[in-house]
Amino acid sequence: MSVTNVVVAGLGGQGVIKASDILADTALLAGLDVKKSEIHGMSQRGGSVTSDVRFGTAVLSPMVPRGEADYLLVLAESEVEVARPLLRAGGILLSPDLIPDADLTNKRSLNVALLGALSHYLDLSPELFLQAVREALPEKLHAVNERAFELGRKVAAGQGTIR
Amino acid sequence: MDRQLLSGDEAVALAALHTGIALGTGYPGTPSTEILETFDALGGRAQWAPNEKVALEVALGAAFANARALVTMKHVGLNVAADPLFTAAYTGVGGALVVVTADDPGMSSSQNEQDNRRYAIAAGLPMIEPSDSQEAYDFFVAAVEMSERWHIPVLFRMTTRVCHSKSIVAARAGGGASAPAPRPHFEHDINGRVMIPANARPAHRRLRAKLAEIGEWGETCPLNRVERSGGDGSIGIVASGISYMHAVEAAPDASFLKIGLVNPLPIEKVRTFAASVRRTFVVEEGDPVIADSLRAAGIAVDSKPEMYRFGELDVARVRRILAGDTSPEVASARGKPPELCPACPYHTVYATLQKHDCIVAGDIGCYSLGVLPPYKAMDTCVAMGASIGVGLGLRHVLPDEEARRVVSIIGDSTFVHSGISGLVEMAYNPPRTGHVVIVLDNGTTAMTGQQEHPGTGRRLDHGPTNQLSIEGLATAIGIPSVTVIDAYAEPEEFDRLLQQRLAATELSVIVARRPCILAAADIRKWEGQAAEFRARAAEQSAVCEPGEENR
Ligand SMILES: Cc1ncc(C[n+]2csc(CCOP(=O)(O)OP(=O)(O)O)c2C)c(N)n1
Ligand code: SF4
Repeated sequence: MSVTNVVVAGLGGQGVIKASDILADTALLAGLDVKKSEIHGMSQRGGSVTSDVRFGTAVLSPMVPRGEADYLLVLAESEVEVARPLLRAGGILLSPDLIPDADLTNKRSLNVALLGALSHYLDLSPELFLQAVREALPEKLHAVNERAFELGRKVAAGQGTIR
Repeated sequence: MDRQLLSGDEAVALAALHTGIALGTGYPGTPSTEILETFDALGGRAQWAPNEKVALEVALGAAFANARALVTMKHVGLNVAADPLFTAAYTGVGGALVVVTADDPGMSSSQNEQDNRRYAIAAGLPMIEPSDSQEAYDFFVAAVEMSERWHIPVLFRMTTRVCHSKSIVAARAGGGASAPAPRPHFEHDINGRVMIPANARPAHRRLRAKLAEIGEWGETCPLNRVERSGGDGSIGIVASGISYMHAVEAAPDASFLKIGLVNPLPIEKVRTFAASVRRTFVVEEGDPVIADSLRAAGIAVDSKPEMYRFGELDVARVRRILAGDTSPEVASARGKPPELCPACPYHTVYATLQKHDCIVAGDIGCYSLGVLPPYKAMDTCVAMGASIGVGLGLRHVLPDEEARRVVSIIGDSTFVHSGISGLVEMAYNPPRTGHVVIVLDNGTTAMTGQQEHPGTGRRLDHGPTNQLSIEGLATAIGIPSVTVIDAYAEPEEFDRLLQQRLAATELSVIVARRPCILAAADIRKWEGQAAEFRARAAEQSAVCEPGEENR
């Protein structure tokens, strides 16, 4: 029973939960079992937010155990060190500095850009990701987020493994 | 329909729709809020009550009329609703009444981590607890069936992780409960519903008889199930709710007795299970409710060390529990705390309270963030509505010069929830130095995600209804000095007003009114729709009978 553990971290209002929703929907579209968990509440008021996504053949607990994340996506530079202990030894950290600022048309699509980077490592097809992106966002944001996704995917492919 | 990714809250809402719940009511509270919001979005009839007690009473009335009713609240909400709950256990119901209590172990957004399984035992009510969204859906259907079968309110306990985690749900083919929802109608049952002592005495016996019957049913009911592992049968784990999920992951070789009906517990089933394994372990979050009950029944079980009573469990903690590891845990990094939005209308209020070195009896809501730096302008925060009573108590006994610095501060939704009786107390037993109550009216219930309340004049679905006037109510209660002010727009004026009120020996209410910055755009939109609606209604009532605006 192999389960992939992803944690998305950032600050309230950055789209952490949107990103984890899109990832979870992608896994659902791929026919996998998937669970996703986060603490709502005060997240709108700019505090730290993390969201866990787990997918595979059968998922039990919805929470990624501390130090067992295979992938850690961090949307705010200031949260990288706070979130790092969630990652397992040898796990992959995808932090905001990975995405060149100048290439991102809309700063708010950083979350989707990092999903693009993540997609490089996962066995989930980019088409499913993009379908989930379109289902999660209003139409006027489709183009900019599709570009952000491709950007992230390209950057990750160019970097080889970032550990 | 099949394979949707739903949160536990959404799954309950879907099940409520499929079981023909005629009315869903409640008061917002994380992590339960999304149940009624989703039920409304799916087309169900959902409404916010001013507080949990009223919500439970409304739902009880609907269930007396043989309808199926749902009431939702967070764990502390059940404290507010406890009075009618305990006696509703005696009266029972005609239709179905499911009471959702959403507990918050770890207190991700609560003032305590009380374990509401204790309420089921104390009130003598059956309690069902799901472990994921599929079970939230299936067990809700079962709760409706149980409530109707035994004519008893059923407690449905969820926890933050079950409410907010998303997992895959396949809705039942054909959906819903086995029997179609009954048509609401009234039948007199004075002996059963009027709880004067002469009627309540036999009612209590009836309740205990029902519970005994449910207990017997619970021994074989599908809510509790044994899962044999391929392991050597040396360890058997008894678990319920989210703890079950953590435990299966932490101990894949163990056998399990998964409990879905947490009250009454299937004692004999556990006894048989315990006899079939070498060691029985209870894995539960919060208080040792199951472990204590099993021990009281003479079943030898191991359970978690005291340190794991606090906070949420997760897979890592369950591994430690099973290993008997009591070494200190690594505290997880706290990260950045939330703070008031930069343009929050509360900034001026807290800056002014800080400037005048006020003693602030505070309350619960977004405005509780005033306790954090830079303001640190809150000295107490206990329970919703407590600011007024606590402020009065302080004023009553403090020496005059200190008493004059005491201010009670309360949000608009909190005021309507449970501040009104505090204001009545203030008029009835005024402190020698008077008192100052500031109502922070930001036109929404910001804390829980911007829900409507009676003071906004809009219903759960944001459509227009009667609007409660906070200032009008304060005046009617007999508060001599009542002022409405936009403290954010007029900081100096607010400062002057506060100083004047603190100096006076009078009772006063200051309503600081300005919309929450996050809700402002939506409020404008809904107000526009409401104005249109009222204009249309006025036009129509000019031609025909009085309109329907007061729905
Ligand atoms: C008995 C009880 N019910 C519900 C809650 C959840 N809750 C906390 S504060 C709050 C209302 C806050 O609204 P308001 O007073 O308008 O303040 P705001 O958040 O808008 O600043 C709610 C619903 C609670 N803590 N206790
Ligand atoms: S959400 Fe509204 S009430 Fe809460 S801090 Fe922001 S502006 Fe203030």
